[in-house]
Amino acid sequence: MSALPAAASPYVDAQGRLDATRVRADFPILARSVHGRPLAYLDSAASSQQPRAVIEAVSHYASNTHANVHRGVHLLSQLATEAFEGARERVRAFINARSTREVIFTRGTTEAINLVAQSWGGASLGEGDEVLITHLEHHANIVPWQMACAARRARLVAVPLLPTGEVDMEAFHRLLCERTRIVAVAHVSNALGTVLPLREIIAAAHARGVPVLVDGAQAVAHASVDVRALDCDFYAFSGHKLYGPTGIGVLYGREQLLEAMPPWQGGGDMILTVAIQSSTWNSLPWKFEAGTPNMSGAVGLAAAIDYVEMLGRERIAAHEQSLLAHATAALAQVPGLRLIGTAAHKAGVVSFVLDGIHPHDIGTILDREGVAIRTGHHCAMPVMDWFGVPATARASFGCYTTETDIAALLSGIGRVREVFA
Amino acid sequence: MDLTDLYRDVILEHKRNPRNFGRLDPHDAAAVGHNPLCGDSLSLTLRLEGDRIQELRFAGEGCAISVASASLMSEAVRGRTLPEVATLYASVHALLTGTGDANAGDLGKLQALAGVREFPARVKCASLCWHTLNAALERRDAQQAATVSTE
Repeated sequence: MSALPAAASPYVDAQGRLDATRVRADFPILARSVHGRPLAYLDSAASSQQPRAVIEAVSHYASNTHANVHRGVHLLSQLATEAFEGARERVRAFINARSTREVIFTRGTTEAINLVAQSWGGASLGEGDEVLITHLEHHANIVPWQMACAARRARLVAVPLLPTGEVDMEAFHRLLCERTRIVAVAHVSNALGTVLPLREIIAAAHARGVPVLVDGAQAVAHASVDVRALDCDFYAFSGHKLYGPTGIGVLYGREQLLEAMPPWQGGGDMILTVAIQSSTWNSLPWKFEAGTPNMSGAVGLAAAIDYVEMLGRERIAAHEQSLLAHATAALAQVPGLRLIGTAAHKAGVVSFVLDGIHPHDIGTILDREGVAIRTGHHCAMPVMDWFGVPATARASFGCYTTETDIAALLSGIGRVREVFA
Repeated sequence: MDLTDLYRDVILEHKRNPRNFGRLDPHDAAAVGHNPLCGDSLSLTLRLEGDRIQELRFAGEGCAISVASASLMSEAVRGRTLPEVATLYASVHALLTGTGDANAGDLGKLQALAGVREFPARVKCASLCWHTLNAALERRDAQQAATVSTE
């Protein structure tokens, strides 16, 4: 994809940059108003919006293709199977996995991590073993490990952060030890925007023979992800943060690891033979896909990947970095505003607090101005504890975010300060 | 619905100068309430004389709505009997959710919370202190019952 020369793409301006206004026109929901104001959607880190291409692909699947997969001899079942397995191949190419056997469809990042924590953790963790995470993880990369550790009498250890919101790598190297059985880290922090030094983390873990799971929920839509170049062992992400539908996600796993892992959920599709007392398992990736999968979600995800690659991931990343620099500089001028998360290497997320004004109040007032941001703990309560705040306000960017959205945010913050003057 | 209907002057004034903020020690009942939506927590301590609330204090970090609501509640329940507090709670609940009769209890200044029901995402902020008060009173009842049963 994106073989078109830059000048031929309607999404690229004369300077070769992403034309976000043109991109925006592809997202029907962004044309609506809220509370009588034009919508400035700055909550893509929670869930991104869907372009028309995704909405139409899902609709086309339901209108023309749908039947159950892997079981029918009739035409529709074959077409649905082709669409579903075609989506798997699309995902494989997108993350550069070696084989579709390494691409498991899940409900989302959360389910993907639970799958590894329970299947791999159940088979590989023992008393006194340690699972190493960081203090900036989303609850989805904390709680599944707490549960696995409790079941196996293992310990969960978290690497502390620096005041910038970066992972304390000195501490990481100290805490990675002979007891560590797996390292599970975010690619990008959802609450702070911090991009983690994955190459360093993975190289150090592998030097000790420790596998690494990467929670990529916040990364896939914002940078190129190549699981072979990263050399990670597991990589999890969600469709709905990649301009795709909800309820579909992916677990990439290194084939040897997946082969050795016991099945997680039992049911149809994940078996070869079933007798009353015992069953035999299907091969990868279906061994981990019990029950009828989310075919329309997979089709939507494939369409979202096509869309993102048509825009160009590097171009999207450059666009978001330029918005981040602009927003960071503008917010720094607001009296009483403190940015939470000032890592040198960040994704398009700005988390902040205002002196004496609770993030919930900021969120309500901005909403009335048409500005949608996330307020609260962002499913990362340990991060909030770390910074000594109950919550933050967070604006996050996507391929369709424009400077007009940032201007609306700033003017909304002005309104917040008026109400609480 | 305008923002000024949510952030009425009374609300903003109580947010700036919360009444009965702090902690009572010793106390006759206490509870901590959490709003998992925003990570806020609110702790209540109160002294009772028979079935009458003598004094109540609250502490914790919260949004303007939750702080003002707790502050208003601390004034409204002071000196009231527990049955009166139950009636008042029902009225506040009706006021916040737009269901039932908000006039059963004497709401007084609590009427300032009327705008909240137009902001569904904020109803929990306003009701957190009332749920916490209920929890404190229920726990006390349970403790008393336990004491009674062992005697």
